[in-house]
Amino acid sequence: MSPVFSNLLAQPGVALAAEAAVKIAVVIVVLMGMVAYTVLAERRICALIQDRLGPNRVGAFGLLQPIADSFKLLLKENVLPGHVNRFWYVLAPTIAMAPPLLTLAVIPFGNTLAGFNLVIADLDVGVLWIFSIASLGVYGIVLAGWASNSKYPFLGGMRSAAQLISYEVPMGLSVVSVFLLVGSLKLSNVVAYQAGTWLIFKAPLAFLIFLVSAFAETNRLPFDLPEAEQELVGGYNTEYGQMKFALFFLAEYANMIVASALIVTLFFGGWQVPFVRVEAFGPILAGALGVAAFFVKLLAFIVFFIWVRWTLPRFRYDQLMRLGWRVLLPLALLNIVATALALALKLRA
Amino acid sequence: MSTYEHGYLIVGCLMLVALVVASTPLLLAACLRPRKPSAIKQATYECGIESKGDSWIQFKAQYYLYALAFVIFDLETIFLIPCAVALNQVGFFAFLEMTVFVGVLLLGLVWEWSKGVLEWR
Repeated sequence: MSPVFSNLLAQPGVALAAEAAVKIAVVIVVLMGMVAYTVLAERRICALIQDRLGPNRVGAFGLLQPIADSFKLLLKENVLPGHVNRFWYVLAPTIAMAPPLLTLAVIPFGNTLAGFNLVIADLDVGVLWIFSIASLGVYGIVLAGWASNSKYPFLGGMRSAAQLISYEVPMGLSVVSVFLLVGSLKLSNVVAYQAGTWLIFKAPLAFLIFLVSAFAETNRLPFDLPEAEQELVGGYNTEYGQMKFALFFLAEYANMIVASALIVTLFFGGWQVPFVRVEAFGPILAGALGVAAFFVKLLAFIVFFIWVRWTLPRFRYDQLMRLGWRVLLPLALLNIVATALALALKLRA
Repeated sequence: MSTYEHGYLIVGCLMLVALVVASTPLLLAACLRPRKPSAIKQATYECGIESKGDSWIQFKAQYYLYALAFVIFDLETIFLIPCAVALNQVGFFAFLEMTVFVGVLLLGLVWEWSKGVLEWR
């Protein structure tokens, strides 16, 4: 390293900025890579479940398929339907893609490595940031449905809006019981709290509600009504093609990965390695093992998401609404009261 | 600058990066791909038949009822969160207050339920 460069890095502001830039770059590159290969994994696992082969020709085991797909989508003709509201029609895919990238900011993907905290920005409001940004995702979908100025996308957009807001309520309420136990909104504190026992064992009902809501929030089967192919053709993205369609598609997978990361962080101990005292291996190896543990858990949940999609049939719309408002919402409220009661009694004793 | 502000500054930068990452593919594709519009390509997609009438079709008014219920319960979540975080410090009285608050909203839910608002028809 040249002396000028190392002198520059020695200044505190520059060092912090460089650290943040490196973290942002790494996290976004890793996420986009994961998104591309989750799409491939979905196709291969789906094929496996249906006793087919799936895409296996481009590269070994089809590993270059995502690259081939992205070039195909980049070079497709740009069809801009005549009836759309152009501004929002073009902007909607970007609005759908940005939230999952932003929510990643507060998720710790490891403890510390070489003295750096492995999280982009450990905000005090952690989980609130995730909820506020994640709910912006609905704008992308609703705007796409509305700006397409066509019947199927319009119906898909309306359905999607109602579904997303319906499941956001039980999702938000289920994590309140986590905050009751942890006493902090900061995700690094939530992970630190789970050093002994993971929160899934202390708040199993909250986990169940959160898991079901996460499936609904990411539009995955059994809750994929906004894009139900058999009734709505393609839902909100019917009028989209080429890269604009690809962005919606990638956003769905990015949302799935972020939801898995959130489940792992809130209920499965984040980067905590179970049963092993990693501190004994020295700081570098312990940090690396933590990152590895986080990714193993994350991949397990991604596979679970895919597995569920190819196993369960789709809900009817009235069933979807009933489950959200009549089952999950009262359950989440009672769960909060029960957890608070247990804690309050413990405080008194 | 404190670490508190520092965190939000980084998040602000990430916001810009996210917008760039999410719009670059569109710009790149706009430069690369051909564009040969024709009347049929630009027509509304409706399973092959010609589109009839306005696309601003009627939809259920019930969507609005769900939206209203959402506002109520989402606000409730926001009010519950500070209570939940501080319960360890405030103790039993906070728990009682919280229970009253949740109870009132639970009553509202029961009322909505009995009125049939939560039934999708």
